Amino acid sequence: MTTDTPAGARVIFERPDLLADRSTHYCPGCGHGVVHRLIAEVLGELGLGGRTIAVAPVGCAVFAYDYIGVDFVEAPHGRAPAVATGIRRVRPDAFVLTYQGDGDLAAIGTAEIIHAAGRGELLTAVFVNNGIYGMTGGQMAPTTLLGQRSTSSPGGREAAFHGYPIPMTEMLAIMPGVVYAARGSVADAQTIGRTKQYLRRACEIQLEGRGFAIVEVISNCPVGWNMTPTESIERLRDVVAKEYRPGVIVDRTKEA
Amino acid sequence: MTIATIPPHELHHGHRVLMKGNEAMAEAAIRAGCDAYFGYPITPQAELLEWMARRMPEEGRPFVQAESELGAINMALGAAATGARVLVSSSSPGISLMAEAMSYMAGAEIPMVLVNVMRGGPGLGGIGPSQADYFQATKGHGHGDYRVPVLAPSSIGEAMALMADAFELAEKYRTPVFILADGTLGQAMEPVELTFREPARLANDWALSGADGRPPRVVKSMHLEPENLEVHNQHLQAKFAEIAAREVRWAGENLDGAELVIVAYGTAARVARTAISRARDDALKVGLFRPITLWPFPSAALAEVAAQARGVLVVELSAGQMVEDVRLAIEGRRPVAFEGRTGGMVPTPGEVLDALRRLRGVAAGNAAPTKEARP
Repeated sequence: MTTDTPAGARVIFERPDLLADRSTHYCPGCGHGVVHRLIAEVLGELGLGGRTIAVAPVGCAVFAYDYIGVDFVEAPHGRAPAVATGIRRVRPDAFVLTYQGDGDLAAIGTAEIIHAAGRGELLTAVFVNNGIYGMTGGQMAPTTLLGQRSTSSPGGREAAFHGYPIPMTEMLAIMPGVVYAARGSVADAQTIGRTKQYLRRACEIQLEGRGFAIVEVISNCPVGWNMTPTESIERLRDVVAKEYRPGVIVDRTKEA
Repeated sequence: MTIATIPPHELHHGHRVLMKGNEAMAEAAIRAGCDAYFGYPITPQAELLEWMARRMPEEGRPFVQAESELGAINMALGAAATGARVLVSSSSPGISLMAEAMSYMAGAEIPMVLVNVMRGGPGLGGIGPSQADYFQATKGHGHGDYRVPVLAPSSIGEAMALMADAFELAEKYRTPVFILADGTLGQAMEPVELTFREPARLANDWALSGADGRPPRVVKSMHLEPENLEVHNQHLQAKFAEIAAREVRWAGENLDGAELVIVAYGTAARVARTAISRARDDALKVGLFRPITLWPFPSAALAEVAAQARGVLVVELSAGQMVEDVRLAIEGRRPVAFEGRTGGMVPTPGEVLDALRRLRGVAAGNAAPTKEARP
């Protein structure tokens, strides 16, 4: 990347090498771009660009391979953890990363993520939870909060009718094969910085050969939530983060 | 001795042993250089998975019993996307679950071999031998415009030989390949001359290995712009046309001067063979046309063979599926009769012989074949 730097100034923030120099297809204000950037930064800092094989989901982030400059395979909807298992088993030297949304991971792909975690597969899973099906137009997801309106819960999600939101990462964290589970957010600079630390730790755990690591990132979907980007960030911070609380949920590297 | 009692290192190419079909296919895959196996238990193929569970770790190669057939086939998708030689096996209901990933693999051009040890359907059906998944294997399986080569062994020895051929086809054309066996082939034991062959490895300049020192690669089936997807589909169709032109296989027995021809594959062909030998007592000369590739179907060869005979009998372990391809190949030039049983029942040689006698009656009304009748 070439930057004209005036004399006496120094560059303290630039595009990571692994992030493509192009605008994305994501809607204005969408959190996926931030998560992509964090992944590109972490993979670059750990020197993993040349040995990463990543798995793209079905959903808004299917085009992750257009923006993050590593080898990618596209998984059928929800199957990324199984696809990644296959890669892991035949490529012991690869760094294997999955990227899934909440429809992909928490609905259609529940079996695959639970069993990959149960086997303690040596994978780093990134789970972007914006509480809605974005790509298909804003339908209810398993993670949609009670009361939240969507195109398929137009009166708002009701527990008695639609069931309760599923806390996937807490569910995964109780399994012994899960070495690390954390939840970050893209609400502001501070939470984004912390999310990057979680992602970095989840990658290091794979490099250390310890086992399965997952980072959920609660994110916003301004279009799916029918909000301006600013309103969506406020809701992420003030409402979503109260239900899906950011922080480290389990870290078994600190046990025994 | 059965194969199960012989240490694997004493199983040598060319030796004659008593083997169970499922285990023979599994060992043939290992000797063909299968790098990884992913499966899920289902009857009547469970011994294939069990053989791999024991043997793959001995060879230092991955074996995973997945959480479902969806899990197994998607593990295969991931492993094969890195250029590994991958085998998956299942039986009919499990094969249905795998249709999604097979479509993705056909679209993304990922090689893989999938064995279907067919059982009776529809639904949970039963566990007896069947050929009821012919349509599924040859006419679609998953969604979208695609074909996959379908190889149909009719003996355990042939199943072993076709395993290496299947990997070779899969990698040469970058496509999933079906081996369509049935419960009889999977469960039966018979003396067999061991047939092991490891196909040469091709340069996988498309496969994922990490983008060290080269631009990143993407293995995908998504092409959101219709213009791009059409170009991709035209590329796939050209490949399918090439396979159809080059890879047709069939075997003929006693076709010279045959009055009637039986068309049958797999276990049905073995029943047909017995019926054909009994038909000699009726002074009825019958030949056997046995497709080995069900797709591409040997249509041109069959049309030529049928033109030399008075009638054609199709025998299947189904209500009649391949018979449609036979009729398409023969285009009404000869009477085509059908004999089949379903649900795990196998036609007896006597039933097939009766069908031959009925067909002779029908065909006798037709003029003797002439040169002009040849297509």
